[in-house]
Amino acid sequence: MFMILGYPAPLMFGQLLLGLINGAFYALLSLGLAVIFGMLNIVNFAHGAFFMLGAFVAWGLLEFLGVNYWFALLLAPVIVGIFGILLEKTLISRLYKLDHLYGLLLTFGMALIIEGLARNQFGSSGMPYRIPAILQGATNVGFMFLPNYRAWVVVASAIMCLVTWLIIEKTSIGATLRAATENAPLVQAFGINVPRMITLTYAGGVALAAFAGVLAAPIYSVNPNMGANFIITVFAVVVIGGMGSILGSIVTGFGLGIVEGLTKVFYPQGSATVIFVVMVIVLLVRPAGLFGKAA
Amino acid sequence: MTLLSRRTLIATAAASSVPLAAARAQKPTLKIGVLTDLAGPYQDIVGPITVEAARQAVEDFGVAGKGYNVEILVGDHQNKPDVGAGITRQWYDRDGVDIVVEGGSSAVALAVSEVARDKNKVYINSGGATSDLTGVRCNANTIHWVYDTYMLGRSTGGALVKSGGDSWFFITADYAFGHALTRDVSEFVTAAGGKVMGKVATPFPATTDFSAFLLQAQASGAKVIGLANAGSDTINCIKQAKEFGITQTLGGLLVFISDIHSLGLEVAQGLVCTESFYWDLNDRTRAFSARMRKRVPERRLGMAQAGAYASTLHFLKTAEAMGIAEAKKDGAATTARLKAMPADDDCFGAGIIRPDGRKLHPSYLFQVKKPSESKGPWDYYKVMATTPSEEAFRPLKDGNCPLIKT
Repeated sequence: MFMILGYPAPLMFGQLLLGLINGAFYALLSLGLAVIFGMLNIVNFAHGAFFMLGAFVAWGLLEFLGVNYWFALLLAPVIVGIFGILLEKTLISRLYKLDHLYGLLLTFGMALIIEGLARNQFGSSGMPYRIPAILQGATNVGFMFLPNYRAWVVVASAIMCLVTWLIIEKTSIGATLRAATENAPLVQAFGINVPRMITLTYAGGVALAAFAGVLAAPIYSVNPNMGANFIITVFAVVVIGGMGSILGSIVTGFGLGIVEGLTKVFYPQGSATVIFVVMVIVLLVRPAGLFGKAA
Repeated sequence: MTLLSRRTLIATAAASSVPLAAARAQKPTLKIGVLTDLAGPYQDIVGPITVEAARQAVEDFGVAGKGYNVEILVGDHQNKPDVGAGITRQWYDRDGVDIVVEGGSSAVALAVSEVARDKNKVYINSGGATSDLTGVRCNANTIHWVYDTYMLGRSTGGALVKSGGDSWFFITADYAFGHALTRDVSEFVTAAGGKVMGKVATPFPATTDFSAFLLQAQASGAKVIGLANAGSDTINCIKQAKEFGITQTLGGLLVFISDIHSLGLEVAQGLVCTESFYWDLNDRTRAFSARMRKRVPERRLGMAQAGAYASTLHFLKTAEAMGIAEAKKDGAATTARLKAMPADDDCFGAGIIRPDGRKLHPSYLFQVKKPSESKGPWDYYKVMATTPSEEAFRPLKDGNCPLIKT
């Protein structure tokens, strides 16, 4: 058998692919964080909670209303996004003029409350959510069995990342948004409702998290801790990519997924830590992150 | 009006608190600390239901009119040994707690057991798995009630080897429990002529995606993939193995009924697992479960939760036999009495506690029913084999417990 670094090649290819799949989740989640931080200057620690809510809304829609996966994939981000608007209007909007730290504390508190309530209601071992019929089963890609659903996750999140990037970098809405971040009073002088735009941006970032949550629901059990497990890693991804950099978060998301996947072969005990080691190195060499602009 | 009623309220409270305080001073109180995982990965295996189980034990024992009170305190160890030991120390030192029950998964259990020894109090563990608790790390203040890694290895491990699973690959949760379970099961596998092809240690509790490890297990060519983990880790492993089309036998080495509930029978059917309690085992367990349903209507208890009930009840019986003042005085002496006194409860039946602290009762090998075989909610298990209590646990002489002079 053909070997790579002393490991059978099929095993290595399999791990690379799995890394890419996890990277897809990192990319989607860190993208939402980057959008919110870039536009609102809020470090949204509640992001994991919205990810979890996305999965729970999808589960609830199926369980109580019989709404299938595909509609949930559209509906859950909208529902969670509306919830995000509510929180932005009532709580977060009061903190824009203050130091980052206040936003961090507020959103962290929100995450603890949302996750605590969910745990109280649903317990910790989670609920099963079936893979949609059309994506069940696996395809033999030569070196491994690739579950069809996981392949779909990579495709769906890659499309979503691309669309978000295009909207922010290439459309006139995106241009206005970026301008508002630079100089809000000036943009407002052109007759644009900046506060509403900021609210909608927050909702958009939150909806991205919920979208990732629905994608994750059939893979992991839908449980209240699913967001908390991801969020710390995702923050490391954002820091490595450069705070607020859209492209940075997408590229590092996928890249670090692969790094983590390979660590699982060479030194499995370290797979939960490797991303933070990378973060330390990046911060030492490039304090603004790989794609960040130095302040 | 408001002022008046508030004033009346304060006056009444002040008046009534005096005789109450006096009564409390006269009546001694047994304090039981339920230390558990209230919100982490093991919440459904132990968690809030454990607290309800301990309360049920107090109710079934009946304290009314006995001249003393029983109080239950609740703590969350978050699966961190330092947090668990800290709460326990505070309970023993400041709050006058006499006994800690449940007391956490292996790493927490080992830490709490040392605090119990240092403070000379009592500790009965029912949630932890490591057989070291009654082996090299045993002490005169600790009892281990429900199960341990030896019992699981013998029952589930032994059964799988017997049915042809003679080569193993372990997916091990990277902490005290996972390593103890891997060690004990490996011994049974090799003793039965099987071999261990490899193992991979996964970070705990940070791992949610096990597919990378499952593929390594698959590549090893072993016939059985031993899951030396628990709770949501085991659930994720079983789900993801199915997703990736892994056809090897999955050995769920520590599976609780709450895991089966979460997986659903569709995914879990055919799985073999070991518990020392099942709600539908006999008339006594069914009667107990009917009582518990008033407190916990929607769920059935697993063995670790039942253990909190049984150990609380045994402590109350022993304390009453000793006299409350005597039972509160010297933790090691009380533990010695707990061991000397025969145990009998609805969950585990009649049993004894060995000098090393090991509670003995039968263990049951279950197979998870097919969806078509299940007749109602939580009708999940059929009994495949019973290991009698004398054989279910590691022989006293093999544990190397320092309390046992050979």
